[in-house]
Amino acid sequence: MAFVRNQWYVAAYSAEVGRALLARIILGEPLVLYRTSAGQPAALADRCVHRHFPLSASQLDGDTIVCGYHGFSYGPDGRCVAVPGQQRIPRTARVSAYPAAEQDSLVWVWIGDPERADPGLIPRAPWLDDAGYTTVRGMEPLAARYELLVDNLLDLSHETYLHGGYIGTPEVADTPISTEIDQEQRVIRVSRRMDNAACPPFYAQSTGIGGRIVRWQDIEYYPPCLYVLHSRVAPAGVLPRPDGTDPDGFHVEVVYAITPSTETSTYDFWAVARDFAPGDTDVSAFLHDSNRTVVLQDVEALNMLERVIAAEPPGTQELSINIDTGGLAARRMLARLAEESACLPAPVP
Amino acid sequence: MTRVYRIEWVPGTDRLRGICHCGAAGEAHDPVSMWQWLLAHPAHPAPGDLRPGTA
Ligand code: FES
Ligand SMILES: [Fe+2]
Repeated sequence: MAFVRNQWYVAAYSAEVGRALLARIILGEPLVLYRTSAGQPAALADRCVHRHFPLSASQLDGDTIVCGYHGFSYGPDGRCVAVPGQQRIPRTARVSAYPAAEQDSLVWVWIGDPERADPGLIPRAPWLDDAGYTTVRGMEPLAARYELLVDNLLDLSHETYLHGGYIGTPEVADTPISTEIDQEQRVIRVSRRMDNAACPPFYAQSTGIGGRIVRWQDIEYYPPCLYVLHSRVAPAGVLPRPDGTDPDGFHVEVVYAITPSTETSTYDFWAVARDFAPGDTDVSAFLHDSNRTVVLQDVEALNMLERVIAAEPPGTQELSINIDTGGLAARRMLARLAEESACLPAPVP
Repeated sequence: MTRVYRIEWVPGTDRLRGICHCGAAGEAHDPVSMWQWLLAHPAHPAPGDLRPGTA
């Protein structure tokens, strides 16, 4: 499948973007990210117009990047403001500036026609920047096409097999799911409600629940980039109150940003935000290490799968069963978004 | 009306049930043909017309 352009993508966590230059390749486009002295994130093409030296390997002087090779200088809008040894700055001396926006502790960049960049389209992950939640996070580079990560996250039945002993128990693979495509909201929902399930170590150790649990997994995927797993666990039999409040449940928002880097590599941003044990550093360290282990299990599996798929002749068939309902929905919506983006009329000047 | 297409896994069986926002409902044995049937809205094919296995 092709990249989906004309979309917002997570380029970095807010904390990664500062007064040092950060290189990221997104949808095959090399970017350099930094923060201006006014605190705004800036994203420019990471290639000097002169001899294509990476600007990320250069220096910031105020809000200007001074190319580390011969000193062309670029402002945060990408315009060249100085060239060495001469007064005249060639008119074409500018690098592309990418629309950038910061929301929910994430720095998003728009890949596509800048005229169409509307920050109102950025999907939300408010828990990541909410004082009521304690969040751990990380990013693992994946040597696989992003579609494999989408497939992986939309079908959590793999937890039972790939992540047994961490987050998987037999009930995950055995419980039926309900799947929705919401074309207006542009979201895919996959819901799995386990009434009476074994408690995997990830939740037993972090919540202190001893016995069996109610375990709800409600996924919302906003293609192409943002994935949220609303996870609720509670002792078996304990449900939200009739008025909708849920003081006896433990809530974990597991957020992934799936950002394609090249055709066969992906940034796998992951975050775990919880509404219990606030600020407890032991619980944070445990959840961080456990989730990172789980992510790395996926990374290892998907890296291997990428090598297998890359070697297959085109048109090699797969076999889909009921557990793939969500993944297939995601593929359909991604294909639709890619098509829509390819068919966009040129913007009105 | 929001355009929501839903597939439920029929409890106690291996079958899938698709429910369209227009009120149409159908069943299938695999998700590929179930999505095909649903997303053909408004022209949902007759049950016998589903061809499983083609994405
Ligand atoms: S390559 Fe950047 S100034 Fe020459
Ligand atoms: Fe319909």
